[in-house]
Parts: sequence; structure tokens; C-alpha cells
Amino acid sequence: MINVLKARLVQGHRTMKYPDGPAPELPGKFAGWPEIDCSKCAGNCGKACTEICPTDAIEPAASGRTGVSIDLGKCLFCLACRDACPAGAISFGRKYQLAAAKREDLVTGSGDDANRVALCEKARKLFGRSLKLRQVSAGGCNACEADTNVLNTVAWDLGRFGIQFVASPRHADGLLITGPVSENMRDALLKTYEAVPSPKIVIAVGACAISGGPYIGHPETCNGAGSLLPVDLFIPGCPPHPLTILDGLLKFIGRL
Amino acid sequence: MKLSVEIPNGATAGLAEIPDLPVVDFRKAVIGAVNEGARISALFGRPSPGGPVKLYAVLALKETGMLMLTSTSVEAGYPALTPDCGQAHLFEREIAEQCGILPEGHPWLKPVRFPPSSAAAKNVFGQASGNGKCGITDFFKMAGEEVHEVAVGPVHAGIIEPGHFRFQCHGETVYHLEISLGYQHRGVERALAGGPDKRTIHYMETLAGDTTVGHADAYCRIVESLSKCSVPARAQVIRGIAQELERIANHIGDLGALAGDIGFLPTMSYCGRIRGDVLNMTASLCGNRFSRGLIRPGGTGFDMDSACVDELLRKVDSVSADVESAVNLLWITPSVLARFEGTGQVDAETCRQIGLVGVAARACGEPVDVRQDFPYGIFRFSHIPVSTSNTGDVFARAFVRWLEIQRSFDFIRDQLMSLPDGPVLETVGRLSPLRMAVSLREGWRGELCHVAITDENGRFSGYKVVDPSFHNWFGLACALRNQQISDFPLCNKSFNLSYCGYDL
Repeated sequence: MINVLKARLVQGHRTMKYPDGPAPELPGKFAGWPEIDCSKCAGNCGKACTEICPTDAIEPAASGRTGVSIDLGKCLFCLACRDACPAGAISFGRKYQLAAAKREDLVTGSGDDANRVALCEKARKLFGRSLKLRQVSAGGCNACEADTNVLNTVAWDLGRFGIQFVASPRHADGLLITGPVSENMRDALLKTYEAVPSPKIVIAVGACAISGGPYIGHPETCNGAGSLLPVDLFIPGCPPHPLTILDGLLKFIGRL
Repeated sequence: MKLSVEIPNGATAGLAEIPDLPVVDFRKAVIGAVNEGARISALFGRPSPGGPVKLYAVLALKETGMLMLTSTSVEAGYPALTPDCGQAHLFEREIAEQCGILPEGHPWLKPVRFPPSSAAAKNVFGQASGNGKCGITDFFKMAGEEVHEVAVGPVHAGIIEPGHFRFQCHGETVYHLEISLGYQHRGVERALAGGPDKRTIHYMETLAGDTTVGHADAYCRIVESLSKCSVPARAQVIRGIAQELERIANHIGDLGALAGDIGFLPTMSYCGRIRGDVLNMTASLCGNRFSRGLIRPGGTGFDMDSACVDELLRKVDSVSADVESAVNLLWITPSVLARFEGTGQVDAETCRQIGLVGVAARACGEPVDVRQDFPYGIFRFSHIPVSTSNTGDVFARAFVRWLEIQRSFDFIRDQLMSLPDGPVLETVGRLSPLRMAVSLREGWRGELCHVAITDENGRFSGYKVVDPSFHNWFGLACALRNQQISDFPLCNKSFNLSYCGYDL
């Protein structure tokens, strides 16, 4: 017992101050929201960036506009486009706030930051102080699961915001889905969704759950949760940094 | 007649050099080698359109540090190896599922991953099992008045991957556990054929997301040996550091989770946090906590500047001190030891028979470690002692992890202090045609085996991945025999196997 107490003293109190204090430090080489300098993009380079993107996340901007846009719902943040661009027009910034409530707002150059994650007032009343989620892992690589789980550690302490992962869908207000939804998980996911009492929400975490990620177009998968269920919150990344996930969740329930 | 060809780890052999034996000689060669102490690293089939299925075996010969390759061609079926060689049982089920040929006399032939469209496999498994729905198959059943069956999954109670577990119990005691997976199957091996292309490295990084360095490194060696690319020394060291960071992070997470499963909250809380600190050390190398973008064919995608080296050295000191204080509580707390010791035992003989790898094997006293037995990269020059224990129980699997954490920290400290200068990335050329390349790595769970076969244009005509979990899930089933069902979470966590690495 005395040893347990001694260790307790050594380990100290390490729950982060965020969101009341500063956010935890991001790694120096962190790749966040992409910045595209359209004035540099001449568009006559043979489309080096669109050619090299493993998930076709990068496309020429809508007609009438110059440059390219990146769909963060597909982006793996692998930086291949940045390195391929001969003009150096693409850079990935340090902005970790990537979540959006609408699929189309995940495309760079669309939507405005303030309203990217907005929950309707009624839902906020229902879930704002207590959000119980059932996590369903469906065909991914387990990295999104790992960094979602991290939020439950003492450092992040997700419970202090009233957000909790529960064991049964019957106890849940919604699902947090990771993975592209493999065909083999389709039934299990739909049954789990059905078992959640209404009103219910769906959160898709990671490139896989949003679009299929590296497995886009595989007949063994469903290209993400959106093809089967109505998604209320998209949190992009491969995998998203825990801070990105937390930011999305807190904005969603109106705590940020 | 030559029965096989031998190559070192990370080398290649011309397809024409690999003997194509009659089935009877192939069986003899494989079973004979296993009886003499070899382990099956890979055993798989490659269908050729309209022709027979070619079966390839890759055997790891620990004594000589060589890999033995051999092959045979079969039409509709062949006498299964499994009755004479237990290690082959899951490989042969996979062959049946992927190639639609029948391993005759296989004692428990049923689907492995239930791929959505496998008409060929349906014929092999018959109508009773494999009707296309994942998990719908025959399960071993016990009969009797007080016998009951417990079914768990695919969706589990925590934030974990999906899988189905079927327990045959009598009261609290588990007599048999059958594990049925496939829910994470996303068609990666199928998609790898025709590569390498721009998605290949991303498939490798996500074969098992917690083993990004291990799998990406195994793949890169395949490409590098097929293109005769030599990786700069600095990149070799960075890869080694990243691989050991991956091992440390996962082992710390596992020790914390083991503590959590028995309700010992101090170590659980501390380790959960410290694991995050180690992931952040990885992120300081490449910006991503799971090493995405770090390992690239020809070297590494990122270099370290001196500030990064200093910062990592500081972190190694502070984090290893934190872990020591957190983990050592386990070994001095009687209530922890009472739950760890004697739970989920696997004996050394079973371990050898079913071909366990990695932490699970070393916990049974088997000193198997690819870094030592088939050294690669930086591990050819800088050795990490193999950590073993001999009780084969939860305690042994936990204690081996603790030994490995300490030794990996020492390794990283040494490497950071003697980081060679120079570039970190070499250009990779075209791959040699019509060759087979084999690459083994010691991932944090155990042996990773990648096998690539190139066509006449130097593209992958086939790519085989064997995650350590493929060998070890059956070990978990064995560990549960005669245990209380309430000990399942603890036993399961002590193996902590990958679902996605198995399902591919």
C-alpha cells in the first residue's frame, strides 16, 4: 500500500487543463488543415498533386476558380501532394480543428469555421451535458480506435465533459464509428444502430469511416458509414489526433 | 532431387529456382523440416488462371538463420498437412478459402475470413458452412445437461475491434473456445496484386494500425531487395528507433490494460497516460502518433535534426522513469500476482506445436525473436537481448513485455547517441521480374512475414502477409482451456492480438 501511495506522488496529477487552459502541445511536424496558395498553382504542371494522391482526395477547384481543393474526408495527410507540387502551393498547417457536421464542409475552401460543427438547439439540450456513445469498429486498422480510447485516459479524461463510451447500444445516445464498414460488419453495424433508442446521432471518425480511406472502392467495404447511416459529425484524419477528436466532440455538444 | 532453396531474411529467389515438387515430396519436405524444429512462416496458394494452384511454403530455420522455400502444384485437392503438422491448420483453411482447393483430411475445415464473394470457397466448405455471411459456420459443440454455450461479439463492450468468440462451458469452466473472425476483412491482399502503386504503402501502414512501422518496414525491405536498393545507414537506425518506440508504446498500453482488467487502477491509469507520451515521441519523428509517413521504400520519409535527437533523449529518460514507477507496482502487489500467476497457461510443447510467435512464445520459454534469429536492418549490428520467461501464463506474458520495454529503451538511447550522418532516402528502381522476395520482421506482437511474387513486368502477381496474430489466436484458445470464463478478458489482453492484421 505504501508503495502505491509513493508511486502516486511520483506520477502526480496529469489531467490537462484544456479546454480551460492551453491545448496540449502538438508535435513539431504535425500536419493539420491544408493551406492551398491558389495564386501559386498554375494548373499546367500535369496535375502532379492529383496524380499522386492515393485516395483521389485532391481535385481541381470548381469551374471558374483556380487551384485545387482537398477533401479532408478522403485525405490521409500523407503529404504526397505537398511534396509533388512543383510550385510549392500546398502546405499542411497546424490547425487541428478539422471536424465538420456536413460532409461538404470537409472540402477545403468551403464553409466557414464558426459553423462547421453545429448541433441543432434541441439536440444540444438533449446531449449537451451527457452524451453516451457506443463505439463500433468496422473494418479499419485499429488506429482510430486507439486514439479514441486515449481520450479515456487520465491525461484527457473525457468523462469530465459528460461524454462516455458505454457497453450497450441500449444505453447509448449514438454511435461513434471507425473503419470503412466492411461488408462483413454491415449487418452488425445496422443492428447496433437499430438498438440505439431515438433520438440518436452518428459520429464518423477517420478517413475510413468518412469515405473508405485507403480502401475506397474496395468491393469488400461500403466506403464509410455515410453510405448506410445518417452521419451527424465527421472527424477526419488517418488517424485523427486525439485533440482533433476531442475538439470535434466538444464543439458538437456546445462545450467549445 | 533438390527439395528446397534457402535464402537469408530479406533476400529474393528466382521463381524458377524454387523446386516444384510432387505433392508427396512437398509434404515430406515441410513436415520433415517442422519436425526438425523449423516453423512455418507462410504457407499459401496462388491460383493460375485455368491451371493448377501453386502452393508455396516459407519455413524459418532458426538454427541456421535461413528461410527455406519450396512449392508444389495441386489441382482440386491434396492430402492436408495438418494431421501431421498442427502449425499448418489455419494456413490450409486459408488456402481452401482463397483458392477453392480441398486439403483432404483437414480435421476442422471452415472459413477464415468469409470474403463476401468466394464462390470457389463455397464448394470446398459445402453448404453447411460458408453461406456467405460472416460468422455463420459450424462451431465445435459440447453436449450434456449442464453444458452451456456463450457467444460474444462481433461487437464488443469496449472500444475494440470486432470478432466472434464461442465458449463451451460447464459452470464457470471453459472447456473449449472457438474464435471466428473475418469482420475486419477489407480485401487488402487482393488489392496489393498488380502493385506497387501509390496506395501500396498506405495499405502496409494500415494492415494493423498499431504495427505501422513493423509492416511498412517489412514491405519496404521487399521492394528494396527486389530493386537492389541499399538503404542509408541513418535511415536504418531511424527505422530501428521507430520500431522499438512502437514496441514500447504497445507494451506499456498492454501492461496498463492488464492492470485494468484485474481492477488494479494505479498502473492502469499511469500506463494509459505514459503510452500516449511514447506515441508523442513517435510523433516527434514524423508528426503522426502511429508513424504514418515515416517508413518509405528506400529509407525514411523524415529525418531528425539535432534538436529532435536531444528532445527524444530527454524523453527517453523521463518516460522510462515514469514507466518504471508505474509497472514495478505490479510485481510487488500480491493481489496482482495472485491474478496473473497460473492464469491462461500455455505449455512449451503446445507453443511449439501450434507455432506461436513473439511475446506469447517467449513467455513459454521459447527464445524466438526475428531480431536475433534472422537479423535485419540495424539489428544486424546492434543486438537486443531476447527476453523470455518460462511459465507461459499471464504473468509471463506481462513480464516479458516489461523486460522488452527496458531493453528497447536502452537500445533507443544507444542509437540516438550514435546516429550516423548522411541521407535518409535512396531512390528505388524497378523491381526484378519473376522473383519471390521474403521479409521477416519482429513486430511488437511477434513475427511479421511478407512474401511478394513478381510477374514478368516486375509487378506483384501475388503478395502474402502473415501477421503474428494469424499464428497466435489459436494460442489464446488453448490458454482458455480449463480456465474460468471470467478470466477471458485477462487472458485475451495478455495476448492482445490484432483482428485487422488477421482479417486483412
